[in-house]
Amino acid sequence: MLAKRIIPCLDMKEGKVVKGVKFVNLRHAGDPVELAAAYDKAGADELVFLDITASHEKRDIMLDVARRTSEKVFMPFTIGGGIRTLDDIRRVLESGADKISMNTAAVKNPDLIRESSRKFGNQCIVVAIDAKAASSSQSPASGKKLPTTDFPLPTDRWEVYTHGGRTPTGLDAVDWAKKVESLGAGEILLTSMDRDGTKDGYDIGLTKAITSAVNIPVIASGGAGKLEHFLEVIVEADADAVLAASLFHFGELSIKQVKEYLRDNGIPVRL
Amino acid sequence: MIAVVDYGVGNLRSVQKGFEKVGFETVITADKNILDKADGIVLPGVGAFKDAVNALSKSRLGEVIIENISKGKPFLGICLGLHLLFTQSEEHGITQGLNIIPGRVVSLPSGVKIPHMGWNQIKKTEDAPVLTDIDEGSYLYFVHSYHVVPDDKSVVATTTDYGIEFVSSIWKKNIFASQFHPEKSSKLGLKVLGEFGGRTV
Repeated sequence: MLAKRIIPCLDMKEGKVVKGVKFVNLRHAGDPVELAAAYDKAGADELVFLDITASHEKRDIMLDVARRTSEKVFMPFTIGGGIRTLDDIRRVLESGADKISMNTAAVKNPDLIRESSRKFGNQCIVVAIDAKAASSSQSPASGKKLPTTDFPLPTDRWEVYTHGGRTPTGLDAVDWAKKVESLGAGEILLTSMDRDGTKDGYDIGLTKAITSAVNIPVIASGGAGKLEHFLEVIVEADADAVLAASLFHFGELSIKQVKEYLRDNGIPVRL
Repeated sequence: MIAVVDYGVGNLRSVQKGFEKVGFETVITADKNILDKADGIVLPGVGAFKDAVNALSKSRLGEVIIENISKGKPFLGICLGLHLLFTQSEEHGITQGLNIIPGRVVSLPSGVKIPHMGWNQIKKTEDAPVLTDIDEGSYLYFVHSYHVVPDDKSVVATTTDYGIEFVSSIWKKNIFASQFHPEKSSKLGLKVLGEFGGRTV
């Protein structure tokens, strides 16, 4: 049976791994290649490196991370952050990455998804979707005012954000997920901005909405805080893979603990 | 020395580094002379079948591969390198392959997520020489949308469940080829590379 994947995410800044709480307050947490090797030993199924402050000058650092990782670690890994062109994608893949992840560039230029998946195969094109509930003030698609309340309402609409969560796009997350699939994305890395860094659990509603809408694998991200959260998003929201960062980096839970817990609850995992 | 065929597709670096890790010298090459002299040949690759066939025929590397296989040289095909051995593929229209293993390459069934991406288990149908150290039920890394259907079922080395039970590796004389990626399958994958490497010395 296909195992559910447990994926540590290494958020990177200037070649160092950092983890932001709600995308701010970055703190250093080690060398990416050493961490990658440690995660391979610990039983991680895959790795994601996200350069959260990517700029053109920093690109070579990520290529170097990809090269050094592929020499030491024999497991699949994805590189994302600041990828803008077909040439960026080619260079990252040639440096040894198995997949690239794009977010802002995909929104700005959806054709890049089509062109890159045609050229390199859809299995290496991941579209990262950062989404935030659209219930609190305005519905982005209609612009319609909703009643305000002191408590967040349950929602079935989420808006896509770009630029590391800073820029609202007006795109509906479910519509966008369907679109990226049709353009040739091979996988979706779905981050709940509402949950990221909170440790309150993955956003089940958001994840379920996306996994129901597409037929490509979906990685759930944002909000993992305890063992039950991993089980919940797999069972209730049908996530194909679960991603976490600080939880693993700071040793609050180990990959093994998560996998054993899932296995004991009847989920296929690679142990 | 093991030669990794460079035909302009996919990630050849991981395969090379994997062999180095288990102690085998490899060279990435498109040179006929080096391929002819090598002790083993590896055809890796991910990507489109048609582009790969075109690249192999334009460079005449397809012929070099066929010649070396018929001479009995150990051959390892990975993913697209498995597909290319077959008679034809149905990926985006019918395309002829190298026709070393009679059979077809067809799409995974509807009703499962495509691509099939991640770690899945193998069932062994016979003890292929490069899998002696790999237990029944082991997890290996897959990423593909098409799978092979050999005419002669006796070449099947392993199968894997994903919507259907598909052929996840084949074994015939000096040829071993897998749908899974040994170079991405961590410790177990390195064992496969090591066992293949052992057959080249």
